[in-house]
Amino acid sequence: MSTTGTPAKVSPFSRAVSDAGVLAWRSLKRIPRTPDMLIYATIQPIMFVLLFAYVFGNAIPIPGFPGARAYREFLMSGIFAQTMAFAVASASVGLADDMSKGLIDRFRSLPMARSGVIAGRVVGDVVFNAFVMLVMVICGFIVGWRWHNGIGQALAAFAILLLFAFAMLWVGALIGLSVGGPEVAASAGLIWLFPLTFLSNAFVPTPNLPGALQPVAEWNPISSIVAACRHLFGNPSPFASPDGFPAQHPVWLSLIWCAVIIAIFAPLAVNKYRRATSR
Amino acid sequence: MAAIEATGLVKTFKSRKNSVKALDGIDLEVPEGSVLGLLGPNGAGKTTAVRVLTTLMAPDAGSARVLGHDVVKEADTVRGLVGLSGQYAAVDELLTGRENLWMFGRLYRLNSSQAKQRADELLETFDLTDAADRILKTYSGGMRRRLDLAGSLIAHPKVLFLDEPTTGLDPRSRLDLWQIIRDRVSEGVTILLTTQYLEEADELADSIVVVDHGSVIARGTADELKAKVGGERIEIVVHDPSETARALELLTAALEVTDPDATTLDQHNKRITLPAPGGSTALVAAIRTLDGAGIRIADVGLRRPTLDDVFLSLTGHAAEEVES
Repeated sequence: MSTTGTPAKVSPFSRAVSDAGVLAWRSLKRIPRTPDMLIYATIQPIMFVLLFAYVFGNAIPIPGFPGARAYREFLMSGIFAQTMAFAVASASVGLADDMSKGLIDRFRSLPMARSGVIAGRVVGDVVFNAFVMLVMVICGFIVGWRWHNGIGQALAAFAILLLFAFAMLWVGALIGLSVGGPEVAASAGLIWLFPLTFLSNAFVPTPNLPGALQPVAEWNPISSIVAACRHLFGNPSPFASPDGFPAQHPVWLSLIWCAVIIAIFAPLAVNKYRRATSR
Repeated sequence: MAAIEATGLVKTFKSRKNSVKALDGIDLEVPEGSVLGLLGPNGAGKTTAVRVLTTLMAPDAGSARVLGHDVVKEADTVRGLVGLSGQYAAVDELLTGRENLWMFGRLYRLNSSQAKQRADELLETFDLTDAADRILKTYSGGMRRRLDLAGSLIAHPKVLFLDEPTTGLDPRSRLDLWQIIRDRVSEGVTILLTTQYLEEADELADSIVVVDHGSVIARGTADELKAKVGGERIEIVVHDPSETARALELLTAALEVTDPDATTLDQHNKRITLPAPGGSTALVAAIRTLDGAGIRIADVGLRRPTLDDVFLSLTGHAAEEVES
């Protein structure tokens, strides 16, 4: 009946890459078929840009950078980083959904790499986030944001943002595989991100924060991403302690944070997957 | 060699409040090319047994081998040799039928064109070619289940695990699926099938293992199990509910039933059943007795025992009764 060949012998590494590729393909195929998700995922950052730029823009002064437009220059990196952080939710909801529908069981019964399902999800979501970022960049240009250090440094900033999304998606994967269902995963994936993003330099310059919160906000991983982007874009980037490590080495700190998050959460998520069972 | 062998499987689920022994020392042996029906109510441990045998879950104690490979130590080898089709059609509902099968093919280590070809073959076999490029959301329950089953056959598995393959399907789709399963059997595939439907086990399985509360409570062929509850039975529904007790008394005497436990009386449904060792002779005697006593009969019949009777007599509750 069949003329199909026998499966090829491959190394564990190329198997992991191939499986992640197949699962990423699956994630990307699904996106245009869930148009509501696509619409919300792009409208939300646009809404944030407009609200913050025009509502808070005139009320929040940027120390050392006078003028209303300074806030918009300051703001965009914050919105970028926030949106990448919120990618957590797409991974947690996606995996929780697969789990509740029995797909995780199916994948676990296949001779695939143990990292394949999560890695595929993460890679697919990074590609999706790159698209969302493009929409935000256009929106930023419309409200008057610019980069000032050339396209090379701007691309480096976008790469850091996507690396950050990649790191945060592993956190989302762990959450998604740990909670009961997609509804819980949505709130469990997001709730802790609000204090994390608002206790940062994303929307309010850290010198404007109460003294006790300043060091917390400046070492916050989200702040490090934001500061690295502001540095690379050449946007205003005020610090409460301009001599501290976060102010002096924003790019290094952002990379260290991404590496730390991946090193902790990728193994935890894969380990969780190995033992994941629906119901 | 047995295709599936399990010895002393134990699996306990612990939560904060209590612990439940889903498997309490189960032994199984399925000869190559045969179909084993794993029968039991919800919560009996059927799905847990399938999870252990398909490497999704490690047992707390005991061991299992599939085609000679240990399901814990050689899990990856086992995964490449078996197919699993679950109770909840585990397919991606936002992909098309063809895309789903291609994806599973790739994950079974076929290259892209092999996976494409295998998907086409399976779509054809399962009569899904017309629906191949539609998103699964538009599929009926029966079509989804067929696709799910197709997904488990990609690597030409020698052993197939079907966890309640027809639960929730309409009768027509169930018959279709049974035919598909019979076709696999004729190709020599070994199948372990769990079901709550006694009729399904009766139709498809060569031998049956009945589980309840994580333990095997009976095993044998359908006929052997039926023989355990005795031969044919008479079932009589009387017209007047107040006469059921008298009718049972008269019939017990007339048919010389010595064991009162072998009879049943259902006051609510006015129904009496008794063993009928003589078959139709006993039936005639029963009708004469009741007629002579002036008891009106609403319905009467001779019934061969079903697996429901087996289950009821083994466990004291019906198979489809949901346990808390």
